[in-house]
Amino acid sequence: MTNHNWQIIRSTNASKAAAILGAIIVLILIAAPLWAGRGDLRLIGELLLYLSLASLWNLMAGYAGLVSVGQQAYVGFGGYILFALTIFGGLHPLLAIAIAGLLAAAISIPVAALIFRLRGAYFAIGTWVVAEVFRLVFAQVSALGGGSGSSLPVAIVKSIAANRSGREALSYWLALGSAIAVVTFIYVFLRSKRGLALTAIRDNELAASSLGIDIWRTKFFVYVVVSALTAIIGALIFLQKLRISPDAAFSVNDWTAFVIFIVVIGGIGTIEGPIIGTLLFFVLRETLADLGTIYLLVLGFIAIVIMLKAPKGIWGLIKDRFDLQLFPVNYRVRRSTHFEGS
Amino acid sequence: MDWVNSIVQGILLGGLYALFAAGLSLIFGVMRLVNIAHGDLIVLAAYLGLTTTIVLGLHPLAALMLVVPIMAAIGYTLQRGVLNQTLGEDILPPLLVTFGLSVIIQNALLETYSADPQKMNAGGLETASIDIAGLSLGVLPLLTFAVAIVVIAGLQWIFYRTALGRAFRAVSDNQDIAQLMGLNKRHIFGLAMALSLAVTAIAGVFLGIRTSFDPSIGGGRLIFGFEAVIIGGLGNLWGTLAGGVILGVAQTVGAKINPGWQLLAGHLVFLTILAFRPNGLFPKVDG
Repeated sequence: MTNHNWQIIRSTNASKAAAILGAIIVLILIAAPLWAGRGDLRLIGELLLYLSLASLWNLMAGYAGLVSVGQQAYVGFGGYILFALTIFGGLHPLLAIAIAGLLAAAISIPVAALIFRLRGAYFAIGTWVVAEVFRLVFAQVSALGGGSGSSLPVAIVKSIAANRSGREALSYWLALGSAIAVVTFIYVFLRSKRGLALTAIRDNELAASSLGIDIWRTKFFVYVVVSALTAIIGALIFLQKLRISPDAAFSVNDWTAFVIFIVVIGGIGTIEGPIIGTLLFFVLRETLADLGTIYLLVLGFIAIVIMLKAPKGIWGLIKDRFDLQLFPVNYRVRRSTHFEGS
Repeated sequence: MDWVNSIVQGILLGGLYALFAAGLSLIFGVMRLVNIAHGDLIVLAAYLGLTTTIVLGLHPLAALMLVVPIMAAIGYTLQRGVLNQTLGEDILPPLLVTFGLSVIIQNALLETYSADPQKMNAGGLETASIDIAGLSLGVLPLLTFAVAIVVIAGLQWIFYRTALGRAFRAVSDNQDIAQLMGLNKRHIFGLAMALSLAVTAIAGVFLGIRTSFDPSIGGGRLIFGFEAVIIGGLGNLWGTLAGGVILGVAQTVGAKINPGWQLLAGHLVFLTILAFRPNGLFPKVDG
């Protein structure tokens, strides 16, 4: 007679292997300025920034159920605050980027209080209105170039690093560091008590609230944190671009449509999804971008087909097929292997 | 008098916004669907109107005879072919699918018609005006406003006086019981979307006569329609007209103060109303 022992585990062999592989990839990426050309470095940096944006959007939409089509509000806000603080405040760009995050958190509080009154899809369009308000307000600021925008002055650009390759390496490392920080934050957050509450809300809002989870507060916390981090990423994006204009900073296509495609294609509501989605998005972009508008048509079409046929995205398919989880956030119950005789 | 003029022009502009909003309000009322591609469908209707006027040499208003049925057919096909599959408890699929549709329509229009701004030629109608009490009112804005009233009255009549309207209200109240009573909800939803896009067709053609348009302006039109719906109160068609008027007046008065503030003033009035009356001014159904 066997006495079954049940074990509760989090990490699996696959997740341990993924952690080792991930560490190796991170080391290779840290060394990228040594092995990658200027163009490649820029491309990887852009990819990492998109990975951060997608992971953040996924935390909001995939876990907190806050589907926003207005995250460009915070991308543009971060970029503009970086320009304003360095040009008029004389701050060092790195300090300005951190302050941009804090200011975005501060401004996202009244914004959340307002748009949380809208539910579901109306919340989505409400976020878009807010992004439009941000765009129109910054377009009115003539000191920052009004509707036509402005460039980062040479003196400030030189304050980042003495020469061009040093600057590009630094801006790349910032992108890499922020992507690692964002993914790690989301991973640690989802493993925490608050993250468990969030996962419960994702799975069933009614059941979660009957267990005593304060839904409004949990969502509010996620919205504010995501807004702050999105603004930091936005500041990094425009530190890389060195030029800002209202239309580029608050572009719904660049900062929301692409991000949504990445998350939907990769797999919404998982940490792995945005990573796979970002890789696939850049592969598609680098191979199809010459087609111009056709490329966007294809992208829209793929997103619709995935949403209809495989709403959990590519990672969802892999996960269901092989029972994999590279970032162990769930608990698993497993029958232990040793037997006890009677 | 300048101010009175601004306000009156704003009221008339509200007619156009109510036309943007009526289709959005209708499908939300029937199936709780928010169509992110709504603005792009308005622009699509404007381009269909443009093509009809150029190819057939018709007046834009006569082009409605073609554009309205074409858009209605597109609506029915879209609903039965794609959107019905997305409806359910989860709000994510319809939102993301209509978002994808928005990108597809925008880029298909860009591919077909290029990014150059276009405009429909309605001849003398564009510049004709009449003087009322010292104000010079454009015939086109007056006509748009009158059409908005007729459209909303028509929708109201369909909703509360016809068998189709009864079916709409039945599936809106309870889809499963409506289905048990012999209604095919997929077909009813198809008809609701057809009706919504028929209204969108009218909105698109009037937009195209009034101003120049290009493939990228859909998002802005969606936002105006959405703001009118929320200001007026969800599910209330006459409220939507009032919402459009409030938005239009806010914009023209804002533009009067400073030309750069036109859109901003509209958005700020919307956000203010959201802050103090989150269910809109004349709420009817619960979102």
